[in-house]
Amino acid sequence: MSAATVTPAERIDVDAIRAEFPVLHQQVHGKPLVYLDNAATKHKPRAVIDSQTHYYEHDNANIHRGVHLLSCRATDAYEGARARVRRFLNAAEDAEILFTRGTTEGINRVARSYGELLAAGDEILITHMEHHSNIVPWQMLAKRKGTVLKVAPIDDAGQLDVAAFERLLSPRTKLVSIVHQSNSLGTINPIAELIAKAHAVGAVVLVDAAQSCSHLKVDVRALDADFVVLSSHKLYGPTGVGVLYGKRALLDRMPPDEGGGDMILSVTFEKTIYNKLPHKFEAGTPNIAGVIGLGAAIEWVESKGLDAIAAHEDDVLRYGTQKLCEIPGVRIIGTATHKASVLSFTLGEIHPHDVGTVLDMEGVAIRTGHHCTQPVMDRFGVPATARASLAVYNTRADIDALCAALHKAIEVLG
Amino acid sequence: MSDLRDLYQDLILDHGKKPRNFRKDDACTHHAEGFNPLCGDQIALFLRVSQDGKVEDACFQGKGCAISTASASMMTAAVKGMTVEEARRLFVRFRDLITGVDPSTSDSELGKLAVFDGIREYPNRIKCAALPWHALTTALDGNADPVSTE
Ligand SMILES: Cc1ncc(COP(=O)(O)O)c(C=O)c1O
Repeated sequence: MSAATVTPAERIDVDAIRAEFPVLHQQVHGKPLVYLDNAATKHKPRAVIDSQTHYYEHDNANIHRGVHLLSCRATDAYEGARARVRRFLNAAEDAEILFTRGTTEGINRVARSYGELLAAGDEILITHMEHHSNIVPWQMLAKRKGTVLKVAPIDDAGQLDVAAFERLLSPRTKLVSIVHQSNSLGTINPIAELIAKAHAVGAVVLVDAAQSCSHLKVDVRALDADFVVLSSHKLYGPTGVGVLYGKRALLDRMPPDEGGGDMILSVTFEKTIYNKLPHKFEAGTPNIAGVIGLGAAIEWVESKGLDAIAAHEDDVLRYGTQKLCEIPGVRIIGTATHKASVLSFTLGEIHPHDVGTVLDMEGVAIRTGHHCTQPVMDRFGVPATARASLAVYNTRADIDALCAALHKAIEVLG
Repeated sequence: MSDLRDLYQDLILDHGKKPRNFRKDDACTHHAEGFNPLCGDQIALFLRVSQDGKVEDACFQGKGCAISTASASMMTAAVKGMTVEEARRLFVRFRDLITGVDPSTSDSELGKLAVFDGIREYPNRIKCAALPWHALTTALDGNADPVSTE
């Protein structure tokens, strides 16, 4: 990542940042909380929490439908968040930003709606490191439409085999759906290069930016991405909200996959005329407070700077990698040259779930399991891993607490 | 604060590391698979039940944490030689122990399984201990669908 471009003046003041996160300042099981489960979800800074409280205390109303002042304010705040997301992703127009429940719904929406435009025998290419949410919707589409799912392999370091990816591309490939950063390995994929290769055979590309968007610039026009999906809660925002970016030319052709209020211009029992973008894909009352919270989260992230966040996390990641390797029995899963924020590992013969319980008693929160990437676990011959994952508020001291707790796990279980 | 040693007692760690009855039985009469999607635990359970309803053999294979492995190991040891009805009763007794419905361990019925009483303090680990037992009832019911703790 672009650590070199961060000047000292732009560096993260981690103490000041930690002060903005109320949840961090507590004890669990009598020990100070050390939160290292950020790939699952991140905590919310005060600004995000306040934005939602403010909305409910001052502006609460339904959007796009009232003549009264509160409805206008709520609509302005909601659409203001859309404009902020548009700038964050550098999309051409607000109408290309669709709000969803999260990454999972975004992928499912593309599979359902864009999938309608595909035919039997059309191929969809994913990679071996995808989250289940970028596997199962394509299997469901294959059942429904007879499309064929292809999987590009990864190597022992957890990096995509780009040559094999390229060999799997053909004129039959209609859609390529790839993760920008793997949640279980940390690997960052060379997304611009992959998009260019996919476009060369005429495929459209969906980028799963769930993990990357909190520290890597996702510029949809620079990348020429066709679809981008992300989740607010992994970007310091509230749960239950996400974004599906799509190029207008594609979204215009796609049929809406949900019918209801807001997504129509006119309804009679004989004929319904769909609303224009983005409303065509936003049936029903959305998560208004959540969207406003997402807007506040993006504003907060931008105020710190993605490059500065990345540089800070990279420092802690390097330190953590080195410290973990000093612990006997630790095997790090995912050693890509290009990776960020994720430390997946196993500890000798001790099952990760047991590791997780001991760590929890020491105040250290990590995730254990297959991380919704069972094929990755199979590829590395492990049923599960322990995963410590970083956010901007983590420190080297958090890594030291992790390592001390791992020594405790060895003592209790080894 | 609960002590980790209440959960990871020596007997559990021993069975977790060196599970008994850890093998496959191609000639079993009853079989079930269990999954714990949360932590990736998998267990395949094999039973030989005689005509007159006696569990003559019980064994398992799989990948799991110390808790689920020890639970499967000690369960297979416990039900071997029991009638099907006794095994089902033991399941209910064990379930009531780990969920805290009946935390008493003074009765003789539980035997060594009483070491699992510390798990009550770790609600997110109860599933691990319960998984082999759910596989047991599924196998005895003759249900072919895999069981899940979710
Ligand atoms: C890479 C990746 N894709 C997709 C998802 C699914 O996100 P969500 O559960 O917010 O829909 C996640 C989060 O777990 C993820 O890490």
